[in-house]
Amino acid sequence: MKDRSLVSISDYTIEEQLNILNLAAEFEKNPRQKILESHVVASLFFEPSTRTRLSFESAAAQLSAKIVGFSEAGTSSVSKGESLKDTILTVSSYSDIIVMRHPREGSAKYAEEVAPVPIINAGDGAHQHPTQTLLDMYSIMKTQGKLDDLNIAFVGDLKYGRTVHSLVEALCQFNTTFHLVSPTELKLPSYVKQHIKDKKLTYHQYTEMNEVIPEVDILYMTRIQKERFSDPIEYERVKDAYILRLPMLENAKENMKVLHPLPRVNEIDEDVDNSPQAYYFQQAKNGVYVRMALLASILGVV
Amino acid sequence: MEERKELKVNAIENGTVIDHIPTQSVFQVIHILNLQECENQILFGTGLESKKYGKKGIIKVSERFFAPKDVNKIALVAPTATLIEIKNYKVTVKKNVSIPNEVSTFVKCVNPNCITNHENVATKFKVLDKKKVKLQCLYCEKSTAQDNFTFI
Repeated sequence: MKDRSLVSISDYTIEEQLNILNLAAEFEKNPRQKILESHVVASLFFEPSTRTRLSFESAAAQLSAKIVGFSEAGTSSVSKGESLKDTILTVSSYSDIIVMRHPREGSAKYAEEVAPVPIINAGDGAHQHPTQTLLDMYSIMKTQGKLDDLNIAFVGDLKYGRTVHSLVEALCQFNTTFHLVSPTELKLPSYVKQHIKDKKLTYHQYTEMNEVIPEVDILYMTRIQKERFSDPIEYERVKDAYILRLPMLENAKENMKVLHPLPRVNEIDEDVDNSPQAYYFQQAKNGVYVRMALLASILGVV
Repeated sequence: MEERKELKVNAIENGTVIDHIPTQSVFQVIHILNLQECENQILFGTGLESKKYGKKGIIKVSERFFAPKDVNKIALVAPTATLIEIKNYKVTVKKNVSIPNEVSTFVKCVNPNCITNHENVATKFKVLDKKKVKLQCLYCEKSTAQDNFTFI
C-alpha cells in the first residue's frame, strides 16, 4: 500500500480495503505508537470540517507524526488567489503525505495527479469521502463480526447523502440486503441502485422505519435537511417520521447497532444514546483507528 | 453557355477531406481540429446536398494530414463523417471516423462544481456510451450527455 493515494474507495481492491480494516483493529488494541516520528503529515482543509480534520490530526498525533496545514481556505494562500496545483506542489515539498478536504468535486483526483506525495481524500465536494466509508465498514465489521450476509437499513436523506452512496456501493461487494427508508422526495438515486442491481443483491424501499427495525443488523441514520425540500409543507409533514426514539428499539435484534455519520441534529433522540444499540460515538472513534491504518500503510511503516 | 462545375468546393491536390459532416457541426469540427490556427488553404461548405443525409458539410484542408486521435475527436459531433486523404488528386485513404475510448481537453464537464471548471485543468473523460455518446468525467465522475456538450 506504500505511496498509494486514496481518492475513491474503488482505488483499493476489496482485499486492500479489508487489510486496512484489519490493521485498524490492531491500532485499536494499541493506539499510541511512535511509528511516524520522522514523518510530516499535511492537513489541508480548503473548507472547514472540524470533525474529519480532528480525527485525521488525532490519528497522526497518536502515531507521533508532525502535522502542518490549515483548517480553512481563508487562512491560506488560496485567499490570495493561488491555484490548487501551486498549493499542492508547495506543500508536497514540506510533507510526506497530504490529507485534503476541498469543496470541488474531482479536486482530490487532480491533486493526486499533480502531487509527488500520496494524497488521502478527506472529502471532495459531493463526490467521495472514502475514509468515512472505511470507518463505516470497520464499525459494521466490528459490531457484527463480518461484512457478509447482513441486513442493513439506511434511513433519512438517501438522495443527497454522499456517505450513504459510497457505503451502499462498498457494501455491494458483500452479500448485503438493503433496506432503504426515506421520504419519496429523497429516495436513493437510480445510479446508486444500479450498483445493487448489478450485483444481483436485494433492496426494499420504505417510507417508514418502524417495520424495518426488527429486521436489520445495522440501522444507518442520516440527517434530513429542510433545504432539500422543494415544498416546506412536505418537510413539516415528514420530518418527525424519521426521528429514532428509544421505544422504537424495543423489538430490535440484540446485535443491532445504530450508526450515524454525525453531526446529529434531532434525528436520533438523546434517550437512544444510552441504549445498547447506540454506536455512533464509538463509530466516530473508529474513524481515528482507520485513519491511523491508512497513514501507516501509505507511508509504508507497517 | 458554360456548364456549371459539379463540385461546389474545389478539389485539392494533397491533403485531407472530411466529408459527410452534419451541416450544423461544421464549425464545431473546425474548432475541435483547431483549424482557425491553421495557415494552410482550407475550403469548407455547409448546407450542401447529400443523397445519403439530405444536407451535409465538408471541409478540405490542403497539405495537412491528421493523426487518428485528432480525427476521432470529431466523431463526438460528426459521427457520420468520412475521412479522405488525397495525394496527387488521388484518394489514398478513405475511412469513417470512430468514437475514441477517452476524450480530453475540448469538452467541458457538465458539473458546475467540478474542479475542471474552476482550476486550469484539462478535462478528461471516459466514453461510457458510444451510441448516445455519453462521457464520464475522470475527475468528478459525473456524466455529460451529448445534448449538454460545450466545447472549450
